[in-house]
Amino acid sequence: MTDPRPDSDRTSPLHQIHVDGGASFTDFAGWQMPVSYGSDLAEHHAVRTTAGIFDISHMAEILVDGPDAAAFLDYALAGRLSAISIAQAKYSLLLNPEGGIVDDLVTYRLTDDTFFVVANAGNRFAVATALQERAENFDVRVSDLSDSYALIAVQGPNSREIAKAAAGITEVSVPLDELKYYWSTDALFDDQPLLIGRTGYTGEDGFEFYIQTDAAASLWAALVVAGEAYGLVPAGLASRDTLRLEAGMPLYGHELGIDSFPVQAGLGRVVNLKKEGDFVGRSAVEAGPPHGSHVLVGLTTEGKRAGRAGYSVVTEDGSRVGMVTSGALSPTLGHPVAMAYVDPFVIENGTPIFIDVRGNRIAASVVDLPFYKRDK
Amino acid sequence: MTDQNSLQYTAEHEWILVDGDTATVGITAYAADKLGDVVYVELPKAGSVVSGGTVVGEIESTKSVGELFAPVDGTILEANAAVDADPSLVNSDPFGEGWLIKVTYTALPTLLSFDEYSALIAE
Repeated sequence: MTDPRPDSDRTSPLHQIHVDGGASFTDFAGWQMPVSYGSDLAEHHAVRTTAGIFDISHMAEILVDGPDAAAFLDYALAGRLSAISIAQAKYSLLLNPEGGIVDDLVTYRLTDDTFFVVANAGNRFAVATALQERAENFDVRVSDLSDSYALIAVQGPNSREIAKAAAGITEVSVPLDELKYYWSTDALFDDQPLLIGRTGYTGEDGFEFYIQTDAAASLWAALVVAGEAYGLVPAGLASRDTLRLEAGMPLYGHELGIDSFPVQAGLGRVVNLKKEGDFVGRSAVEAGPPHGSHVLVGLTTEGKRAGRAGYSVVTEDGSRVGMVTSGALSPTLGHPVAMAYVDPFVIENGTPIFIDVRGNRIAASVVDLPFYKRDK
Repeated sequence: MTDQNSLQYTAEHEWILVDGDTATVGITAYAADKLGDVVYVELPKAGSVVSGGTVVGEIESTKSVGELFAPVDGTILEANAAVDADPSLVNSDPFGEGWLIKVTYTALPTLLSFDEYSALIAE
């Protein structure tokens, strides 16, 4: 047995709540974050059937504002951010000039010329620096507000009722019953500004709450109280990982990285080659990755033993044709699922493939992503 | 509930209950907690000859894989069929119903006492 212990000092503004709630912690991008409150499986099932509340305050928030903000983001990011409406959110990529993925991020448009960019914790400084560098020829200001914001996610079929029932949330600009997926609304919580996005990373309906750090503990408590009648449980990063894996959502550092082109990760649609003007990474993306570059696929296997990140994908004769990037025994489906980068020729030819699970070759089938899709 | 004071331990987070020439082996609550929810265990078959300090099984949780080491040289007398059917027993009762293997052994190596193991995991 290995003995992993958290070795980082950075903690969330909700840390004491997690300690009091009996959480165990893991090091995540330099943060000590809750991995589970006792049973990651129970937390996983709660998100699929009732609701779970996650602290994701380690995520980075970067404000982009100024007259050129929309044009700037069209240049800095792979998507056409100028096309989204006020209060709308968009998933996009920050590419480097070589077409590699610096980060995947969600951007909310707050006003005509104000955007709120949410980046992965581990990429905070890479994203903030890249945005600042790319802003040189634009009338725009890039402000890293990550230290000022906490982020709480309520995910699951009961999330809307919980958000509506939370005491202290007032002045909601768009009623939550009318808020569409990937849209946001302004609100107040105890007279402090609150941004609520109908977004998430679990494959379930859900809401994300951006709040100043000093109000985060009160908001968490209000959501937990409101959630008591709806089966809400605190959930940690372990369940978050199995949830997003079932939902086929890529994780930076696993499915996405500086060495992968968007099209390899199945994110070709996220890059808008039709938008006018240049953007960072455009020429490289147009040229495309080298012929035969590995592509991301979904794999399922029989039995209970799961292929995990780093395990080899092999053919019958043992030739290595790919690598698993994420894998687990799916709690919802009851069989192992994995995402893997594999040689496209193997897939095209229908060659039988296997995952090498610690020396045992286990037959794998290529399946469409996501593995799990909720009923709407 | 087994008295944890009466057990011996390894630095690899296994506990051993000695009864005559039979050692019952499981993983500690500390190890089960670190693993998270156990979803699958693979244990050696009865009759297998095992060497102390070698990997003889695997304990998989949703998020990682733990290895089970044989703490003694010997022969597997029994693998716990109950945890095969319900791996969550490793989490819910690691020192009792969640035991993993019984081994018939000839010699016992030096193991840790409860106090020594408690000190180890407190470090």
